[in-house]
Amino acid sequence: MSNFNIDETVDITDVVCPTTFVKAKIALEELDEGQILSIRMNDGEPVQNVPRSIKEEGHQVLKLIENDDGTYDLIVRKVGE
Amino acid sequence: MAFTNEQIERYSRHIILKEIGAKGQKKLLNAKVLIIGAGGLGAPAAMYLAAAGVGTIGIADADEVDLSNLQRQIIHATKDVGKAKVQSAKETMEELNPDVKVNAYRVFVTSENIRELIREYDFIIDGTDNFPAKFLINDACVMEKKPFSHAGIIRFKGQLMTYVPGQGPCYRCVFKEPPPKDAVPTCKQAGVVGAMGGVIGSLQAMEAIKYIIGQGDLLTGSLLTYDALKMDFRKIKLPSDTCGCAVCGTNPTITELIDYEQAECDGAL
Repeated sequence: MSNFNIDETVDITDVVCPTTFVKAKIALEELDEGQILSIRMNDGEPVQNVPRSIKEEGHQVLKLIENDDGTYDLIVRKVGE
Repeated sequence: MAFTNEQIERYSRHIILKEIGAKGQKKLLNAKVLIIGAGGLGAPAAMYLAAAGVGTIGIADADEVDLSNLQRQIIHATKDVGKAKVQSAKETMEELNPDVKVNAYRVFVTSENIRELIREYDFIIDGTDNFPAKFLINDACVMEKKPFSHAGIIRFKGQLMTYVPGQGPCYRCVFKEPPPKDAVPTCKQAGVVGAMGGVIGSLQAMEAIKYIIGQGDLLTGSLLTYDALKMDFRKIKLPSDTCGCAVCGTNPTITELIDYEQAECDGAL
């Protein structure tokens, strides 16, 4: 994570599909173009679907980092307004 | 304003949409819509707008729920017969969505009260069942520069159009003045299929939502008609020149609101 200058973080481990993506989408909407969001998510369905949905919205997925506790941090750069 | 997890879940199908998103949902939560008439059109419109999270919904109607209303006015239930329609509607909407603040006005709109009533709202829905009220709502919205959705239903037919100040004709541009008394039957005399209110009232709710989120094209400058028996929707383009209109034209002759007389056999719908 130290490679990226994180502007905002959001934790989506407390919700399930499709709210996982929706919560991440809301966090991205509140950023300015070019800012970086770190999204903490559970393994399994979120890791499979959330990065893909975020790419479909036109944002740039930079990295998926596995944490020690089994969760992942998805690093995303916001593209567009 | 940040969303709670409950709100994210409740509105997830909206927020997922590119055209709505979190920003659009916040616009809905901050919006104020007034529905005039808690009947066949107002009932579905009110329920969809409450479900959508329109933050403030006003509803105006002086009637009480009658057993004959329940065939189409789905916001009221059998237990509500005899209750004020606005009270019954308020209870249903608040049960559906606690995010919504409902202002209940137990009045019929008149030239005396309508301008003050519509002033604090962003969008008005005409869910009334008679021509005097329809012309009154139109003229008041033109004078107060408020957008509104007109609709009417009878038998197997329905129609609607949307007025936005400065963006095309108003209801009076098209229909000039009320028809002679008793020339056109009311739903009470002529009947109406319950689902017609669902179709047309839902389209009115959709127009309100699109206006609030600022997406898509509204039904301004056109009249949409629906014939259920022929299963035919027609979108009729209306003349764009509104200069000669008695209320929204360049030299209006109607500068004060008019309370037209209602047909004698015209009861509340």
